[in-house]
Amino acid sequence: MSTRSLAKDQPASFAFNADYIAQAKRVIAKYPAGRQASAVIPLLDLAQRQEGWVTKPAIEEIAKILDMAPIRVLEVATFYTMFNLAPVGKTHVQICTSLPCWLRGSNDVVRACKEKLGIGMGEMTPDGSFSLGELECAGACVNAPVAQIGDDYFEDLDHASTGKLLDAFKRGEKPKAGPVIKRDSSAPAGDAITLTENPAPPQKQDFAAAKAAFEEAKAEAAAKAAAPKA
Amino acid sequence: MPKLTIDGIAVEVPPNTTILQAAESVGVEIPRFCYHDRLSIAGNCRMCLVDVEKSPKPVASCAMPVGEGMVVHTKSDRANKARGGVMEFLLINHPLDCPICDQGGECDLQDQAMAYGFDRGRFHENKRAVKDKYMGPVVETVMTRCIHCTRCVRFATEVAGVPQLGATGRGEDMEITTYLEGALSSELSGNVVDLCPVGALTSKPYAFNARPWELRKTESVDVMDAVGTNVRLDARGRVVLRVLPRVNEDVNEEWMADKSRHAVDGLRYQRLDQPYVRKNGKLQPASWDEAFGAIVTKIKGLPGSKIAALAGDTVDAESMMVLKDLLTALGSGNLDCRQDGAALDPSVRASYIFNSTIAGIEQADAILIVGSNPRKEAPVLNARIRKRYLRGGVAIATVGDAIDLTYKYEHLGADAGLLSRIADGSHPFAATLKSAKKPMIIVGMAALTRADGAAVLAAAKSVADNCGLVKDGWNGFNVLHTAASRVGGLDLGFVPGAGGKDTRGILAGASGGEIEAVYLLGADEINTAKLGKAFVIYQGHHGDRGAHRADVVLPGAAYTEKDGTYVNTEGRVQRGLRAVFPPGDAREDWTIIRALSEKLGKTLPYDSIGQVRARMYYVNPLFSGVDKAQAADWKPFGAAGAVAATGFDYPVKNYYMTDPISRASRTMAQCTEEFVLAGSKQMTGTHG
Repeated sequence: MSTRSLAKDQPASFAFNADYIAQAKRVIAKYPAGRQASAVIPLLDLAQRQEGWVTKPAIEEIAKILDMAPIRVLEVATFYTMFNLAPVGKTHVQICTSLPCWLRGSNDVVRACKEKLGIGMGEMTPDGSFSLGELECAGACVNAPVAQIGDDYFEDLDHASTGKLLDAFKRGEKPKAGPVIKRDSSAPAGDAITLTENPAPPQKQDFAAAKAAFEEAKAEAAAKAAAPKA
Repeated sequence: MPKLTIDGIAVEVPPNTTILQAAESVGVEIPRFCYHDRLSIAGNCRMCLVDVEKSPKPVASCAMPVGEGMVVHTKSDRANKARGGVMEFLLINHPLDCPICDQGGECDLQDQAMAYGFDRGRFHENKRAVKDKYMGPVVETVMTRCIHCTRCVRFATEVAGVPQLGATGRGEDMEITTYLEGALSSELSGNVVDLCPVGALTSKPYAFNARPWELRKTESVDVMDAVGTNVRLDARGRVVLRVLPRVNEDVNEEWMADKSRHAVDGLRYQRLDQPYVRKNGKLQPASWDEAFGAIVTKIKGLPGSKIAALAGDTVDAESMMVLKDLLTALGSGNLDCRQDGAALDPSVRASYIFNSTIAGIEQADAILIVGSNPRKEAPVLNARIRKRYLRGGVAIATVGDAIDLTYKYEHLGADAGLLSRIADGSHPFAATLKSAKKPMIIVGMAALTRADGAAVLAAAKSVADNCGLVKDGWNGFNVLHTAASRVGGLDLGFVPGAGGKDTRGILAGASGGEIEAVYLLGADEINTAKLGKAFVIYQGHHGDRGAHRADVVLPGAAYTEKDGTYVNTEGRVQRGLRAVFPPGDAREDWTIIRALSEKLGKTLPYDSIGQVRARMYYVNPLFSGVDKAQAADWKPFGAAGAVAATGFDYPVKNYYMTDPISRASRTMAQCTEEFVLAGSKQMTGTHG
């Protein structure tokens, strides 16, 4: 991670579109009156969804909507790496390179991306369709290595599957999110190796016979007690 | 009240006290960087860790409330080890460039590293480096030194009320910056330099000038506004290099306005260091004898009614006392210390002082500001109003222009006529004032310098009377002055005597020819064109408007160069001490007038400043109560009249240049360019 600051080239203005204004109002209404500043993260997210990244005019517009000082919004926007402070491609590919993913081969995933897209980390393809970035621990270590593309996680990647995945995106498809190998979310990969057989059915109990045996034992004990001592 | 033990000392403190405050109350000092008495608690530097029995970890004492039966050890091995660890982490990214750092010698980090620092570094990676940020003409930044205590951020947000500072990024990449690296547009911005515990924020005008141990420190009083900020003048040789605030809870707490702090370099330029006499239309250097000779030739034999005197905004009470006695001896009653022509009533003290006192603002629950812009006229006092505002439960309203005062207020309108409507109860704010327990009105100079100033004063008085501003133990009638010498002059009676003329009368008389000699004692804020053909004697320290018009210039001393008494807007008598000697042939002001009186054959009986002060105590016993704000009796004053339904003309147009000293200051010129002209100037394509 390096120092995060606003991009040099900034658009002149920003305004939420009608749909996002309605969404923003809904978010703000969730908080008590006078605490509208709590809505800053959802609003920054909306701005990013609209523009693809968080622009300076967007920060100022959000500050105005929430009655905050612009620096307060900037603090939040620079704190969270999920907010892009510079333009990104239509498909923004982020590879987790933290320790667990690295141990499971994130270097191969990064290499695959660089080969397929022809760009380096933090760069964007000339047509603006793809950009490549790093991600701090995505919190999906059990499915390492992980790539975040848009809002979705693509998991259990390797060199080959990453290439296929990017090809699918290039064709404009929407690949299914989740593990790319045969795996059900974070369940064990491959087939189950324990509890593979059906467990034996519970034994049926013969209550009548048990009762008879109990009565018999009881009667025997009574007879023993009644018998005179020799 | 919880009882606890700190280092074996049993102490009982009110609930919600923090361990650090409790320790301080018994004299146990705990090191800290981020904690500051007057700011909110951040708890992020971790330097104040202490050992609390039964606590699994050391706790941050600045943020931990006391508990019943706590046993705290501030000097245990565990506490010391914890602080040593914190210090080691702080120093990982600190450049340790103390030899070239202006904070060196008065640096919290340096001092505390002496106690807790490890004797060698164990960090072998590269240190981080941070780009310096622009914060305006008075704050120099070396951001690599920053330890992220966020005191400056909290000060700007809470006290100054300009939320422009913030911390962007996170972790190692956190940086303190202003929004888009703009200048910190506050009149109190210099205080972040005092607050900064390291050398990240230092004073720009003072950069690389001196080391703290080289400076001679003199306690004095500021004269740039009427608050009477308590200051310390730091001088080396014959130059005052910087001015720092002193703590005075009743006046400035520990804050100081930028003009008071940084105008001091104006004392090095444009100085009058020898007498001048106008010969053939040009001011020529002269000796004291020649200058006095010229005055004697002109004045001797003139009837008193043809002589007048005006006192300026930054003169000390002693010289006004002596000049008043000289004028009286010459038979003149034409004297005035109100050079802006404010309609202040000198006969009733309660009518011209800030009766509630500055500290009293914190008790007020309704504040009406009339014709005043406290942010520009008295920034430190404005910070007090903001402090009150932040606590909540106060209704603030203004009559005047809609200006940014750093707090929210109800803007009633620009029209002075509203006062009469509030006074007769027909305005809704009258009800707010009436229902308040401690309501107050602040009347500014913009209200009193109008042509109908007397009527405005009377209207303000009737607001005070009708809305219950004056009651037992509370006087909510306040006048906010802009001139440091004003209340002192009024207290001494430096006002027209029987049959004498006031400022307007003197200026009219001078243009009309009835007044032939005018003595300007540091009076520069008058329209000198109106002095007509009068013979003008200017006594002061700067070659400013008054000296340009003068026929004889007598070089006096600035406030740093003489012992002087000043009375602030709340009527508090304060003493300033001399830090350096006046330049060249310049002399302390009262001695000049004393010497002149001898030449005029009216020798005044003062041979020492003690005798002058004895005379002041005799004229007004209030002057013997130094450092006290003495209450004044509420008596009838003001002349009721029609208040014109017009707005106000505020006296402070450019906060950074209001008097000869600040007009000569380079720093103030830079501030003017940055904050005052920037908005009005057409930006060229090459800007930013």
